[in-house]
Amino acid sequence: MTDVADRPNGRRSLHDTDRHTRRRNAAERRFRLYGIAAIATGLIFLVVLLVSIVWNGIPAFTQTFVTLQVELPEEKLDKSGTRDIAVMKKVSTFGYAPLVDAAIAAALAEHGIDNPFDKAKKLRAIVSASAPAQIRNAVLANPELVGTTQEFRLLATSRVDGYLKGRVTRESIARDKNIDAEHLDIVDALRDAGVVQKTFNWSFIFGSDASESRPESAGIGVSMVGSFFMMLVVLALALPVGVAASIYLEEFSTQNRFTDLVEVNISNLAAVPSIVFGILGLAVFIQFAHLPQSAPIVGGLVLTLMTLPTIIISTRASLKSVPPSIREAALGIGASKMQTVMHHVLPLAMPGILTGTIIGLAQALGETAPLLLIGMVGFIASNPPETFVDGFMAPNSAMPAQIYEWAKRADPAYYERAWGGIIILLLFLLVMNIVAIVLRRRFERRW
Amino acid sequence: MSAMKLTASALAIVTLSAAAATARDQVQIAGSSTVLPYASIVAEAFGENFDFPTPVVESGGSSAGLKKFCDGVGENTIDIANASRKIRDKEIKACAEAGVTDIIEVRIGYDGIVFASQLDGPAFNAFTPSDIFNALAPKVMVDGALVDNPYTKWSQFNADLPDAEIMAFIPGTKHGTREVFEEKVVAAGCEATGAMEAMIAGGMSEDDAEDACLEVRSDGRAVDIDGDYTETLARIDATANGIGVFGLAFYENNTDKLKVATMSGVAPSTETIASGEYPVSRPLFFYVKKAHIGVIPGLKEYAEFFVSDDMAGPDGPLAAYGLVSDPELAATQAAVAAEETMQ
Repeated sequence: MTDVADRPNGRRSLHDTDRHTRRRNAAERRFRLYGIAAIATGLIFLVVLLVSIVWNGIPAFTQTFVTLQVELPEEKLDKSGTRDIAVMKKVSTFGYAPLVDAAIAAALAEHGIDNPFDKAKKLRAIVSASAPAQIRNAVLANPELVGTTQEFRLLATSRVDGYLKGRVTRESIARDKNIDAEHLDIVDALRDAGVVQKTFNWSFIFGSDASESRPESAGIGVSMVGSFFMMLVVLALALPVGVAASIYLEEFSTQNRFTDLVEVNISNLAAVPSIVFGILGLAVFIQFAHLPQSAPIVGGLVLTLMTLPTIIISTRASLKSVPPSIREAALGIGASKMQTVMHHVLPLAMPGILTGTIIGLAQALGETAPLLLIGMVGFIASNPPETFVDGFMAPNSAMPAQIYEWAKRADPAYYERAWGGIIILLLFLLVMNIVAIVLRRRFERRW
Repeated sequence: MSAMKLTASALAIVTLSAAAATARDQVQIAGSSTVLPYASIVAEAFGENFDFPTPVVESGGSSAGLKKFCDGVGENTIDIANASRKIRDKEIKACAEAGVTDIIEVRIGYDGIVFASQLDGPAFNAFTPSDIFNALAPKVMVDGALVDNPYTKWSQFNADLPDAEIMAFIPGTKHGTREVFEEKVVAAGCEATGAMEAMIAGGMSEDDAEDACLEVRSDGRAVDIDGDYTETLARIDATANGIGVFGLAFYENNTDKLKVATMSGVAPSTETIASGEYPVSRPLFFYVKKAHIGVIPGLKEYAEFFVSDDMAGPDGPLAAYGLVSDPELAATQAAVAAEETMQ
């Protein structure tokens, strides 16, 4: 027994921390702080990102409409008076445009707003270029409308819409040749009269893409359908192929040079940049197999190739996590190898497989690069597919490709729509990831 | 695993029916991202007014579009290539080798190329091609001698220009716009400043001198933008003294952020470009595969509709968006109607 004073570090009691311990504890505290700082940095970036996405994208979900009484004169729309659709189709949207000008002028007169323009055509800057087509479609669908005055809810142009949303101001249009301050005066007066209204924009969610001159009528709906059909292809191909491959590799194959080679290649494939799959898709599916350009089936096939490694790797991991005792017990009571796999191992591994598949699908849903090369970026998503087969074969775009395309377009209104599209895409990804997490939480078994 | 069998057979049926019946019923177009806005406006109006489905227009650039165009004849190749420059002899040859022999060339109008800076930035009001050359070339003429470019500010070679650091964002070499920029601005400046003469006097052949004229300084004051005009706009937004190259239509949609520079004293607009006063413009084209006319429904109708007075005329929607209407549109209309191919 040594004396208290003789202790090597001169400490009085075990409760007093010495210099070394203090330093060690401080190092640990610092280390924790670094960790917290790292998480906080990540969170701050996430918050900044989400706030800017929502801030920029929310305006895309509302839209300005102009409700007008449009006169449909017979002498302009159906000179023959026969109400024969084939004859009436000869009047193009250019023939309908003056009706819109007249309808705005009439609305101004009705509400006692003075019209500063001498040319009726000048008023056109208020209502979208899609309006004549909307009226023409209504007339061709119901020729009896000719000769009457009908109420139409027409889209306002992107400039007017931006003015109501605060994106366009009187200063910003000072040098804009598409709209004048007088137009904004009229819009102010019409808004007070209740003719111009801003409402929720369903057509942004369900509509089709529009040309550069009318961003107000562009929607993400058709490209959403394109994404849906691509995901169907991915699911129908990648899941069975991926699961079959991993079951074989994990449960049946013996380890030899060949399976080693396959394994190395699968891990490599998972790391290949997605654009490479796009080049492959162009060469194999379009130029060699003669599948149509811009079709979701080609996009789906390309994304299948990209998703396969992800699914195989996660499936193998979940098969591996089933303890050998289960297999041994099944084999021990006389089950065949296949019965063991199908009746015992696979059901137990299912939650992990599904989670991996959903995460693979989510990754494929957000992928743009391979779609650039197979012709899915541009003005593509203009017609909703008419039949189920058309959904695979007719040209279509995909949500991320549509967002990319909108972000490139000149009109600032498209920029807003690109952010709106990001919100919708993020919602899809969020739902898919939540489903994956729920599946894992509820069905995963720990051994 | 019957679900698996079902999906497998469903997929097999889909692929089979696809291979058997790919009767394409809409026109497919690819090419220049400069022509894309105009093509999309026409395609949309075409879908509204005709019984044919709306054509699809891919972007990707003139060269990529023409390459796709020259892939061959058949339903899984495109029908029309949009281009912001004329098709090259090399491309015509590649087309012919793949069996694409009869090509109809359609000029749709002209596109102005403008220089613009930040709205709050310095004003460039007295540009000439020589100024651009002096700012961007690796070797320029100073006091009658060809020397490495010493300039760091615009005012150093032209007192009328602002006292601002040189910083230019020019289209990358994969853009059709770069070619026009080189030909109409840089090469013109090279000749005007006498640099080309000096190069030839220095022992270069004429061809080499022409190529040397088009080089751009590599000290970071001239930045190639390989993306779209939106990227150039973002760079301008972040650079107070930056000046960038844009298409006229893009500038007109973003007048709240950009200030346009005048070229040789003329401000760009559809009017000054149509009259030829504003020097930097280029024709826009699309090329039609004649072999597809009559096979792909609506192809000829689309081409005729594109150049009709309603669309491409001076009062049409294309001009409203920023296209400079072609004074010889009537001749183009006749050529399209007669399906005249290139020689």
